[in-house]
Amino acid sequence: MSRALKVLLVVSLGALLAGCPKKPTTVPDATQGDSVAATTDTAGRGYSGVGKGVAEATATTGSTVKIQAIIHFDYDSSLIKPEYASVIAAQARRLASDRSVKLRLEGHTDERGSAEYNIGLGERRAQAVKRALLLEGANEAQLATVSFGSERPMAEGHNEAAWSQNRRVELVDGSR
Amino acid sequence: MHNSSPYRLCLNRTGLAVCLLLANLAAPISHAESPLTIQITRGLSSAIALSVVPFAGQGPSPVDVAAVIDADLARSGRFSTLPRTDQPQSPSTAATVDVAQWRLLKMDYVVVGRLVTKGEALELQFDVVNSQTGARLLGYSLPTNASSLRLAGHRAADLIYEKILGVPGAFSTRIAYVSLEGAFTARHWKLVVADSDGENAKVILDSVEPIMSPAWSPDGARLAYVSFEGRNSAVYVQTVASGQRDRVSGRAGINGAPAWSPDGSKLALTLSQADGNLDIFVMDLASRSLARMTDDPAIDTEPCFSADGQAVYFTSDRSGRPQIYRMSLAGGKAQRVTFEGTYNARARLSVDGKSMAVVTQEGGGYRIGWVDLASGQLRVLSQGTLDVSPSIAPNGQNVMFSAREAGHGVLATVSTDGSVATRINARAGDVREPAWSPLL
Repeated sequence: MSRALKVLLVVSLGALLAGCPKKPTTVPDATQGDSVAATTDTAGRGYSGVGKGVAEATATTGSTVKIQAIIHFDYDSSLIKPEYASVIAAQARRLASDRSVKLRLEGHTDERGSAEYNIGLGERRAQAVKRALLLEGANEAQLATVSFGSERPMAEGHNEAAWSQNRRVELVDGSR
Repeated sequence: MHNSSPYRLCLNRTGLAVCLLLANLAAPISHAESPLTIQITRGLSSAIALSVVPFAGQGPSPVDVAAVIDADLARSGRFSTLPRTDQPQSPSTAATVDVAQWRLLKMDYVVVGRLVTKGEALELQFDVVNSQTGARLLGYSLPTNASSLRLAGHRAADLIYEKILGVPGAFSTRIAYVSLEGAFTARHWKLVVADSDGENAKVILDSVEPIMSPAWSPDGARLAYVSFEGRNSAVYVQTVASGQRDRVSGRAGINGAPAWSPDGSKLALTLSQADGNLDIFVMDLASRSLARMTDDPAIDTEPCFSADGQAVYFTSDRSGRPQIYRMSLAGGKAQRVTFEGTYNARARLSVDGKSMAVVTQEGGGYRIGWVDLASGQLRVLSQGTLDVSPSIAPNGQNVMFSAREAGHGVLATVSTDGSVATRINARAGDVREPAWSPLL
């Protein structure tokens, strides 16, 4: 029935950790090497599972999606906090130096509140990141936004520790 | 109101609905889902005392019809039913009910019945006896068959509920909901359709991307919903019986929050288009043409038609925080409707159009509020911490919603007067976003 795309993710750890002022609880320590990418992939995105899921995902699309950075937000806010200025600047530079590079900005909220209103809040966060990137030299054509609202949490808990991880915009390679 | 006439045959409407359900069960795309279990969490001390005696002629049928009726009436919270082991006799006809024995047990009503074979078909015959007066309050015969016995039981419960309370029952309705299954790292979103008691659950869509916001068409045949299967949101309309589906809106940006007009000809929905600003649009389903309703830099979403179809209620944070607004389809300025509280979202209008259910913030939690539209007064009906996605029963008596319990998504109901509450647990995974069908 479902024709849904299954995408295997590989996380760019350097960009991820550089982008996060606090080390996220779901992102394991970098010393764990290869397993880190897989763990972050599944914990953060949940596209594919163990074994069969991963193989199937690769076979289906043959493509990988790379998260370039994650920007976290305060409760009920779409304001980009000052500590992310360097992340925005670095991504904008990358976009300005190569106009063929495209980023998809995926907005998310924590689980609280009404589901469709949260889609709006997630979009507002994605748009805030888009505006910041445009101001720093990216082109409109390089950026696409999508909001998953509260549907795709990155951390599994039901407390502020998890919620603060889940209020985010993921900067993902590719236009879709 | 005593009915002394012989058994009436059921209306054509009933027979038609039975056929529709059978067609649904035959749909090749659906597969069985683990059922939900329902528990009463808040009840009435003044519930009507009623006893449903096991029906005669059950034969080898796996469906205990009397138990279906008993569970429906008990679950409504309006009735307190007598356990079978406490029943003093097992009559199957009104004439053999010894009212004195039931009166001793302080029963107000006794329901008796039998399954009668009529050639290939079956008839579910039942009577409701007022044990105080001895009068037969209701006598009915529902044509059915072996595979529709649960539905026949729900229809009997509807008739009993209406005869005693004066309000139609909504037991023979269906619910749609989204079930999240699999590990956190390998989620599946399943769109499920089940009977109102959680039985006969069928998955009608299974995706590894989010499914949101199911909404029944007014004829109960189709569901509109949001699916992210293309990695962007799109609004689909799916015929439940056949599985046939149309992508009615897959524009750039957000396609969300579909809501049917009362005549089923239009869908209100939320679009963000390229600029990322969410506004309300109304789509004519036949032509797919769009009419813009709102044009505001705020988040405008979660539309819902008024009972007469002439206006749309929606959530907007144009005042800074989300509140409910109303706008006529004819145009004009949006009027703010809710003023109590700092967060009111996701309005659903009552059947009579006089009230609406909303998600409201109270203390640290999100709860279901009930707003009287004339006075603007808001009453909080639920007591959870994350009670969202209200859907009103088609008889206007209850609101079903998503709640969170011990970290799991559950469905719950509360009566619109706040007196009766139930919780509906899935055996596995999280369930959310219930949509109650119209009367079928």
